[in-house]
Amino acid sequence: MNTGVQATGGTQASPNGSQESTQAEARFGGTVSPVQASATPLTEQDEHLARPAAMEVRGLNFYYGTSHALHDISIRFPERSVTGMIGPSGCGKSTLLRVLNRMYDLYPGQRATGEVLFDNQNILAPGVNLNVLRSRVGMVFQKPTPFPMSIYDNIAFGIRLHERVSRSEMDGRVEDSLRRVALWPEVQDRLNSSATALSGGQQQRLCIARTIAVRPEVILLDEPTSALDPVSTARIEELLDELKGEFTIAIVTHNMQQAARCADQVAFFYMGRLVEVDSTPRMFTAPREKQTQDYITGRFG
Amino acid sequence: MVNEPTHTVTRYDQELESLRGIVARMGGLVERQTAQAIAAVVDQNEEAAREPPRLDAEVDQLEREAEQLAIRILALRAPMAVDLRQIVAVLKMSGDLERIGDYASSIARRALKVEQLEGALSFSALRAMGRLVQENLHKAVEAMVENDATRAKEVWNADTEVDEIYTSMFRELVTYMMEDPRNIGPCIHLLFMAKNLERIGDHATNIAERIYYAVTGDMLPAERPRGGDAAKAIPG
Repeated sequence: MNTGVQATGGTQASPNGSQESTQAEARFGGTVSPVQASATPLTEQDEHLARPAAMEVRGLNFYYGTSHALHDISIRFPERSVTGMIGPSGCGKSTLLRVLNRMYDLYPGQRATGEVLFDNQNILAPGVNLNVLRSRVGMVFQKPTPFPMSIYDNIAFGIRLHERVSRSEMDGRVEDSLRRVALWPEVQDRLNSSATALSGGQQQRLCIARTIAVRPEVILLDEPTSALDPVSTARIEELLDELKGEFTIAIVTHNMQQAARCADQVAFFYMGRLVEVDSTPRMFTAPREKQTQDYITGRFG
Repeated sequence: MVNEPTHTVTRYDQELESLRGIVARMGGLVERQTAQAIAAVVDQNEEAAREPPRLDAEVDQLEREAEQLAIRILALRAPMAVDLRQIVAVLKMSGDLERIGDYASSIARRALKVEQLEGALSFSALRAMGRLVQENLHKAVEAMVENDATRAKEVWNADTEVDEIYTSMFRELVTYMMEDPRNIGPCIHLLFMAKNLERIGDHATNIAERIYYAVTGDMLPAERPRGGDAAKAIPG
């Protein structure tokens, strides 16, 4: 496995600084000794990466008919952390996202090999209940996709698919979900008006509310802010920061700064391969792979 | 950047290039300041002594230019990875270079006040120290201009000898001062000059550290090899 924890786990800030420096003096002893480059100190992100994986992909290959779209992908998604997935168009990042809740089953001719472990189960195996899977692994798309119904029903609809709840409990669930995405103050007086009348940013927050209303464990987001203005984008990013306290999040984005702002670990994909995955600070200050560096510094032909 | 493909945005490359140009010019200037300051003292050369302070204003101006341009690039280009490391390195190195210029000027201002000690052992020690520091500074500036991590590491390792000479000079000059109070004035000037040279060596080492990080993405260890401690040279 190629994770940031292993990459940066070498030298860490010692709790006992004085002892450290004494050792260093003894080691150098006033004479020239070989240089040992030290790793970046442990960061908040590294702690995230050390957590158990909510989902883990092992040796995944994916095919659209005869076209081999993903090559031997292995990556873990640490629980209650944000994983950013970046790379040029057609690199496979969105395909991987769609494998994680088996969206690919909606289309004929697509096939996956390898393993995606979720709750000790390989979700690629036959016999997996896809409705249950998709309630536990929710997805938010690039374009806000509110249902053509009231704001209230947009949230209630998903809950009703999976559970039977009383009217009063439903009211509570709807309000709670809308509060969590900071939409409640804006819509509490018009819960019965159509969701399609909301602004783009509000619609996207509604879609996230709809996703979390069914209490998933993992939330997948496919370029959730590419159609939004900077203020709405900042609201969504702030929301991700709050939600990651409870959910495991994977976000595909074309905006590298967004990955830098939101993610704990970042994975760079190119031509269907996972080139590098590491903690966000390392990825954007000192990536190990040349291809990663060329891409994130804007040197990509 | 050496051996890097160019940015898709050409203007970005040009901005990074001019930023590097500014510190390269600073490097050239402070090398000259340091060389002249050392010549001023070891050859007791009056003309050489005038040059380092004269070049200070230009060095200061370049430092301000480097800072302005670096901030502009950070704000407008949101640099990442090697670009980010380079820009931060430039910001810090321009500070190191400016300090080196100041130390050289300080040496130049004292250079002609130590004539009576010309025969002393410390005087030739200062000469040796000057040669070493100048050489290290030259290598550091070269490593900076050429983004050469290997050379940077050499500089980082080579400062030990400077520390050793400084410590032994310190010890010797204290003896002179105790022997004859009339030596105190020139001895103090000599000590300050040695201290300034030692500081220049330190900043050259800093530059080497920043280049190493900018090029490789790895930090050199916090502790570098040291060659003696002047504070321990005489009992307190």
